Amino acid sequence: MIKVNHLRKTFGEGDKKLIVLDDFNAHFESGQITSIIGGSGSGKSTVLKHLIGVYKPDSGDIIIDGDPLVNSNRETLVRIRKKFGIMFQSGALFNSLTVEDNVALPLREHTELNENTIKIMVKMKLEMVGLRGAEHLKPAQLSGGMIKRIALARAIALDPKIVFYDEPSAGLDPISIGVIDKLIVDLSKKMRITSVVVTHEIPSAMRISDKIIMLYKGKIIAAGSPEEIRNSEDPRIQQFINGSPDGPIPFSKSQKDYGEELKEMRFS
Amino acid sequence: MRFFFGFIGHNAFQAWAVAENFFKEISGMYYLTRATFYCTFIEPFRGKPNKWKPIWTQMEEVGVKSTTIVFLVSFLIGVILAFQTASQLARLGALDFVGALVGVSITRELGPLMTALVMAGRVGAAFTAEMGTMKVSDEILALETMALNPVKFLITPRFIAILVMLPCLTIMADLMGILGGFLIGITTLGIDPIAYYDRSIEAMVIKDVVTGLIKSGVFAVIIVMVGSYMAFIIEGGAEKVGENTRTSVVVSMILIIIADLIFTSLFFFVT
Repeated sequence: MIKVNHLRKTFGEGDKKLIVLDDFNAHFESGQITSIIGGSGSGKSTVLKHLIGVYKPDSGDIIIDGDPLVNSNRETLVRIRKKFGIMFQSGALFNSLTVEDNVALPLREHTELNENTIKIMVKMKLEMVGLRGAEHLKPAQLSGGMIKRIALARAIALDPKIVFYDEPSAGLDPISIGVIDKLIVDLSKKMRITSVVVTHEIPSAMRISDKIIMLYKGKIIAAGSPEEIRNSEDPRIQQFINGSPDGPIPFSKSQKDYGEELKEMRFS
Repeated sequence: MRFFFGFIGHNAFQAWAVAENFFKEISGMYYLTRATFYCTFIEPFRGKPNKWKPIWTQMEEVGVKSTTIVFLVSFLIGVILAFQTASQLARLGALDFVGALVGVSITRELGPLMTALVMAGRVGAAFTAEMGTMKVSDEILALETMALNPVKFLITPRFIAILVMLPCLTIMADLMGILGGFLIGITTLGIDPIAYYDRSIEAMVIKDVVTGLIKSGVFAVIIVMVGSYMAFIIEGGAEKVGENTRTSVVVSMILIIIADLIFTSLFFFVT
């Protein structure tokens, strides 16, 4: 469904050049849930931004449902974008619109359906995420978990073949995480949606994924089923899934030696 | 000598960098304006027509809700003009001409200019703050990934609304300014109403009003484009929204004055 070949992305120029993605290859199968996990700064959000056509890679290509995404013209990009829905980390609901208008927006703009049909479809999508009855609320009146569920309802409004989830469970309570996880699984199993989940919630990724890709410093260090990841010998993977502070992945992000930096401090 | 060249060279390069940045902003604004014109005037005839609901909402926001402040400002400007000029004209024994002076200066210059400046503060700031917040909270990114053009979706309704409403407000401001001058003229200054009216009608020509309206159309484009551009370039957080809102108001006020100068000299030499 989605094929990514040799994706490479750098930011900055000269000696400040930073490689954020190096030779990223992946194959996201139809009807399967693939999670991309990794610590902060590992490049997982960068992968997502490439997949939705926001970033342009330095090299490599992305093929979504047979259409090449990289260097595509505006019409192709619009066609590809109508095939997928995306659920943003913050929800990114339109604050000036009610829940109903938010979910109805893609339907109103991209289809010729009449207003009554749209109202019914909105109700169906809200029922799927368990929030029927919230139509007339504004996003500011909703809790974090509800915002994410409405965002999911909006993402699936056009019945897309692919749904991208950016940190679907970040900042939610355990029950909300469970609800969102169940929704993701239900959607991909019942409607054969290809799901790509970017997350750092290991338990949740282990529960829902068919395949997990782990990124570290812009490189794939592991790819496989949750079972394979759990049984991996790689100390970096073990450290990440167990969340231990000691291990090969350093906690401190500073480049310079602590002692050196203290010695170099000058006070006037 | 060495110091001299080093100093000059360094500063020249810095000045060049500033100029480069300036032209980068100008070209960015040019491309956004071009895209807006395309989305507003060409696209509705090729694809889906414009939706009226957001345009009405913006018209109410931009036009109807601005009437109070525009009325107040232009009325007071008329009053002040009449007061300020009365003593000078009285020395020449030409007190009757207060009406002519107020009428001409309001229709030609102060009506369009004051309305545009008030709107730059009231509406331009609101545009930048609102769309900037949308940009910061990923709403504009969400529009793009839903294959909706943010220019068509956000800027076009505002563009149409202000392009229609600013000239309307200008006409109202003209009327209110003249009314202000008239009321003070016939009461406090004791000018005969008929004489005031006659002198005003003699002096004012319809061309003045029309040039004022053309100018206010240009001011409308400046306000909405600067406001939108300043919102769309925001990266980061709330701090940047505040900063760009301020820049947006300052830049559109400066551009309005410059455009006013250009158009005034154009009308002066051409007609």
